[in-house]
Amino acid sequence: MKKQITIATRALVTLLGMLVIWFLITQFSAIPSYLLPPPKNVAQALINQRWLLWHATQITFVETVLGLLLGCLFGSILALLMMISPLIRRWLMPLVLISQSIPVFALAPLLVLWLDFGIKSKIAMAVLMIFFPVTSSFFDGLRNTPQGWLDLAQTMNATSWRKLFFLRIPAAMSSFASGLRVATAIAPIGAVVGEWVGASAGLGFLMQDANNHFQTDLMFAALFILSIMTMSLWGLVDFSLKKLIPWEKQTF
Amino acid sequence: MKDKTSNSAPALILEGVSLQYQQKYIFRNLNTRFPAAQFSVLLGSSGVGKSSLLRMIAGLQNYNAGSIHATDGQSLSNRISYMGQQDFLLPWAKVIQNVMIGSHLRGEKRNRSLAEHLLEQVGLSDQCNAYPQSLSGGMRQRVALARVLYENRPIILMDEPFSALDTVTRTRMQDFTVALLRGKTVLLITHDPFEACRMGEHIQVLAGQPAELYGPIAIKGAIPRHADAIETQQAQSELLALLLRKAEQ
Repeated sequence: MKKQITIATRALVTLLGMLVIWFLITQFSAIPSYLLPPPKNVAQALINQRWLLWHATQITFVETVLGLLLGCLFGSILALLMMISPLIRRWLMPLVLISQSIPVFALAPLLVLWLDFGIKSKIAMAVLMIFFPVTSSFFDGLRNTPQGWLDLAQTMNATSWRKLFFLRIPAAMSSFASGLRVATAIAPIGAVVGEWVGASAGLGFLMQDANNHFQTDLMFAALFILSIMTMSLWGLVDFSLKKLIPWEKQTF
Repeated sequence: MKDKTSNSAPALILEGVSLQYQQKYIFRNLNTRFPAAQFSVLLGSSGVGKSSLLRMIAGLQNYNAGSIHATDGQSLSNRISYMGQQDFLLPWAKVIQNVMIGSHLRGEKRNRSLAEHLLEQVGLSDQCNAYPQSLSGGMRQRVALARVLYENRPIILMDEPFSALDTVTRTRMQDFTVALLRGKTVLLITHDPFEACRMGEHIQVLAGQPAELYGPIAIKGAIPRHADAIETQQAQSELLALLLRKAEQ
C-alpha cells in the first residue's frame, strides 16, 4: 500500500513538473502557439471537443483491443505449433522473420487498400505488430522448461501431450506474460499508424486532420488521450497478469 | 520362488558400465550391486560423477557400454522414483496436486485420499491446499517425499535431497525418509560422510578418474543411526579418511 502511494506521488510530481516546464516554455519563448500550444489551450480543446475526442477514442480503443486479442491468439497458436512440430518450426521461422523485416509503416497503405478504410485494416496492422513479441517470448518459454521438471515427468512416464499441457505451457506463462506486456504497449501504435495512413475515424485520423488544419491544441489533446489509454491498458494487463500468474516473479 | 508380477523391491545390478564425456572416461567398466529393500548410500566428492550415475540408472542419461538392470529381470522404466536436490514442486499447483502430479501427467485418475494420507504421514495434512511458495525448504522437501511415496515404486533414487537444508531440518528429514521408505530399494548419493553413516545400510565410496567404487562398508546398528553412537562416529572418520586419501591420489 505504502509502495503504491509513493509510486502515485512520483507519477504526480513528474506530471506536474512536465506541465510547469511546458507552461514556462510557452510563456517565455517566442514559439507561436500553433507550433506549441500552451497547456491551457489543450485543456480547452479537451473540454470543447470532448464528444469528437470521445468518439475517436472509442474507435481506436476497439481497434487496439481487438488487435491485441487476435494478435495474442495468433501469436500463441504459432508458438505452440512451432513447439509441437520441428518441421513447422523450420518452415515458419523464416516467414515470421520476413514479416518482421518489412516495416509496418510501409505495409499500411497496402493493408488499407486491401482491407478498406474501416476498422479491419487497423486491426490487421495491430496484429502484425503484436504477434511477433508474443510468439517469440512464448516459444522461448515453451522451449526452456526447467530440466528438473522434464526429468521428473520422464521418470513418472508422462505422456507427451500431458507434459506439454500441464508442464511446458504453465512453465512458459511468465515468458508469455512479458511478451504480452510488450504487445500491449505497442498495440495502439499499430492502430494509430493504420488510421494515419487512411481512415475516416479514430484518434490517428483526428490527429492528422487537426495537424492539417493547424489545430495543434486538438492534436495535443488527442495525443494526451492516446497515452492515457495506452497506460491504462498496460496497467490493466499488468495487474491481471500478476493476479493470474502469482508465481511469475519466483525463480525456479 | 518369487512372484514375477509382485511389486517387491528388486536389487539393482550394474554390469560393465562405461560413460564417456568428451573422450574422457567418467566410468569405465563399473560393476556393483545395490541390495534389495535396503538403503544403499554412495558417498563421493562433488564432480566425481555421482549424479550422472543416478541419472543413468533413472534412464535420464545414456551410457556408452554395459547394462543396468534389476535382479527380477523386469524393466526398470516404470519402477523408479527420483528425488533431487531441488524439490521441483510446481508453483502453480497446490501441495496436494503436486503430490498427485504423477497420475495427472500419465492421465490416470488421481487418488486424493492416498495423497491426503501421505501428507498426513509427512506431517503436512494442514497444508493440502497451500501453494509451495508459502512453505519452508524443509516442508517443500517433505512434499517432494510424499510425491515419491505416492508413486509407490519399488526403487527410489535420491540425489543429495537434503543438502540444501539446515542441520536440524536435515536430520529430521533423514529420520522421516528412513521410516517411510522402508522395504524399498533406495540408492542415495551424498557428499556428507555423516549422512552416509546415519542412513546407509550398504555404503560405498565413489572416487577417482575414471570413478571407481570402494566398499561396501558395514556399520553396526539399525538406521537411522544416532549421531552420538560410537560406531557411527568411527565409521564417519574412516569414511572421511578414505575420501581424503582418494582425493589426493
